[in-house]
Amino acid sequence: MRTLSKRAPRLPDRNGHFGRFGGRFVPETLMAPLIELEQAYRAARRDPQFQGRLRTLLVDYAGRPTPLYFARRLTEHCGGAQIYLKREDLCHTGAHKINNVLGQGLLAERMGKRRVIAETGAGQHGVATATAAALLGLQCEVYMGGEDVERQSLNVFRMRLLGATVIPVEAGSRTLKDAINEALRDWVTNVRTTYYLLGSALGPHPYPMMVRDFHRVIGEETKRQLREGAGRLPDYVVACVGGGSNAIGLFYPFIGDAAVRIVGVEAAGHGLGSGRHGASLSAGSVGVLHGSMSYVLQNDDGQIATAHSISAGLDYPGVGPEHSYYKEAGRFEYASATDAEALAAFQALARLEGIMPALESAHAVAHAMRLAPTLGRERVIVIGLSGRGDKDVQVVSSEEGSGARTSAEPRLR
Amino acid sequence: MSRLARTFAGLRRRGARALIPYFTAGDPSLDITRQLVLEAARGGADLVELGVPFSDPLADGPVIQRASQRALAAGVSLARVLELARAVQGAITIPIVLLTYYNPVHAFGLKAFTHGAVEAGVDGVIVADLPPEEAGPLAADARAAGLDLIHLVAPTSPPERVRLIARKSRGFIYFVSLTGVTGARATLPPDLAENRRQLRAVTTKPVCVGFGISTPEQVAAMAPHADGVIVGSAIVRLVEARATSDRLVPEVGAFIAALKAPLRSQP
Ligand SMILES: Cc1ncc(COP(=O)(O)O)c(C=O)c1O
Repeated sequence: MRTLSKRAPRLPDRNGHFGRFGGRFVPETLMAPLIELEQAYRAARRDPQFQGRLRTLLVDYAGRPTPLYFARRLTEHCGGAQIYLKREDLCHTGAHKINNVLGQGLLAERMGKRRVIAETGAGQHGVATATAAALLGLQCEVYMGGEDVERQSLNVFRMRLLGATVIPVEAGSRTLKDAINEALRDWVTNVRTTYYLLGSALGPHPYPMMVRDFHRVIGEETKRQLREGAGRLPDYVVACVGGGSNAIGLFYPFIGDAAVRIVGVEAAGHGLGSGRHGASLSAGSVGVLHGSMSYVLQNDDGQIATAHSISAGLDYPGVGPEHSYYKEAGRFEYASATDAEALAAFQALARLEGIMPALESAHAVAHAMRLAPTLGRERVIVIGLSGRGDKDVQVVSSEEGSGARTSAEPRLR
Repeated sequence: MSRLARTFAGLRRRGARALIPYFTAGDPSLDITRQLVLEAARGGADLVELGVPFSDPLADGPVIQRASQRALAAGVSLARVLELARAVQGAITIPIVLLTYYNPVHAFGLKAFTHGAVEAGVDGVIVADLPPEEAGPLAADARAAGLDLIHLVAPTSPPERVRLIARKSRGFIYFVSLTGVTGARATLPPDLAENRRQLRAVTTKPVCVGFGISTPEQVAAMAPHADGVIVGSAIVRLVEARATSDRLVPEVGAFIAALKAPLRSQP
C-alpha cells in the first residue's frame, strides 16, 4: 500500500486545484472564511484528539465498520463475477452521509460555530446533518428544493423530528442545485456565526478534499475486509455519482492499485439522448458551478441546465472536481443507468437479497448487474451500496402503479 | 489611460462622485434596457453597469434573481448583451461595465469575450465569483484586449487580501458595503467607514461602493467614502414594478436623477 500512495499524486494543490479542476470560484466575501475553514480542517486532521473523537463516534454512534457482504443470490442471478456489497445503508440514518456530517459537525464545534446550515437533495444529507446537530447540540437549518420537499416527504418529517428547520427553496428548478445556491447565500450573509455543512465532494476548496477525507473510510474498510475475507483486491469498484461523495470515498484508497478498475455510475434519467438526465461526466462539458471548475450540464451560453433523475440525490447538474480530474486522467471510468434500469435493480436487490437500496445506489447495482455476466466467475465486483431505500418506497410504488415499468421486474430463478 | 481611469480622474478634478446605475440586461427586454441606458446617461449617470443574466446567481438577492430569470426566459445571452452594448456605443459617451458570473464568460471563451467586449465598446468587467486567485487567465486576456478587470473587496477581506485586490483591480475597486447578497437594505452597515479607511490606506485607485444602497439619502451618506456609488436592486425593483407601464423609462430616469443629486458637488 505504501508504494501506491507514493504513485498517487497528492491532490488538491495549495489552491484547491485538481489539475485544471476545483478551485474557489466564489464571491470575495467567502474567500477569507474558506481559507479559515481550510486551516481549521488541516489542524483538526493533525490533531489526535479530534481524530480519536471522530473514530469513536463512527464506531459507537454510526455503526462502523459497515459489513462487506457477499451477495450470493445476486451473483448467481447475474451468472458471472462475484458481487459484494459495501453496506453503507446500514449506517445510522441509512446512508454514507453520516461519515461526513460527524466529521464536519465536530469541526463546526471546534470552530465555535453554533449554527449549521446544509443543503439536501434526497433529504439524506439533511437528515444526517440534523442528526449530527442534535448530537452536538447545534442549531440546524436545511435548504431543500421545493420539488424535493414534495417527493421526499418522509425525510422532511424526519428532519423536523430531529429539531431542524427545513426551508423549501422555490427558486430555479426547485431541486438540489437551487438549495445549494440558497445555502451559499445564507452563508455569505451569516458567515461569521454559521458553519456551512456541505453534503457532497463538491463546492469550493476545501470541501471536495474534506468530504473525501471523511468518506475514505468506506474504501479503506473495503480493502481490508476483502483482503481478510478473500485475500485479494477487487477487480472492479462501482458506485453511484451524484456530487460524488460516496464514490470518491470508496474509490480513493484504490487509486494507486492499477489492477482495480474504478467505475462511477451517473443518472441517465430518461436516457442520455433525451436531455433529461444527471450525467455531467458522461454528457456534460467543463464549466464552473457552485464554486469549482468541473464537468457540468449547461447550454452553449454557459447557463446551467436542469438535471433529471428519479433519485433526488443524483438530480444535480454538476459533479465534484476530483471526479473530473480522474476522468480526464483516465483513471476513473464512468457509466450511467436510466431511471428504469435503477428501478429494475431496486426490485432485483429487494427480491434476491432482501435489501432495498436507495434509488441512488440502485444505479450502481444496475451497472454491476450489466457488468457481472461479462466477467468470469473468479472476478470480484464491489458495489458501494450508499444508502437504504425506505425513503424511496413511495416513488417506487407509484412508478410500479403506472404500469410502465412491469418489464423491469427481474426474472427470478 | 483607460476610459474608466479618465472618467474617475475627471470626477476627482471636479470634486464630484460617480453615480453607477445597474440594469439586468434584457429585463424586461433588450430594447427597453437600451432605452434605460440612454435615459440613465441623460439623467446624470457617470457609468452604467449591465448585468449578464445567469441561471445560478448565488451572490444575488431575490430582486436580481427574478430579473435574471425573466431575462433568460426572454432568450438573453452574453452574446446578446454584447450586441446591446454595441447598439448604445455611439449614442452615449459614458463607460459601460459588465457584471457577470464566470461560467457564461468561460463558455463564451476568454479571448473571444475580452475582444468582443472591447469591440462592443465595453470598458470593464466585474465577475461576481472570480477572486484574484482564480482570475489569472481572464486577467491576462483582458489586459491584452484593453478591458479593465475589476475586483471586489468585501467586509470579510483581511488586510492582506485587501492589498492583493487593490493591486490587481483595474479601472476601479468594487467595495462591497455589507456581508451578504445584493438587495436593498433599510440601514447601512456600521463597520463601513472603518472598512473604507482600511482600503484608503493601501490604495489611491478609485473606489466604488455598492450592495444595499437604494435611496438618495443613502447615496448621500456614501458619498464621502467613495469615488462612486452603485445602485442595483432598487433600480431593478422599479423596472420590475413598472415593466408594463409606458412611463417606465421616464420614471427610472427621474429616480436616477434623484440618486445623482447628492453626488454632484462634493467639497
Ligand atoms: C443514498 C445516497 N447515495 C448517493 C447519493 C449521491 O450523493 P454522492 O454522489 O455525493 O454520494 C445520495 C445523495 O443524497 C444519497 O442519499
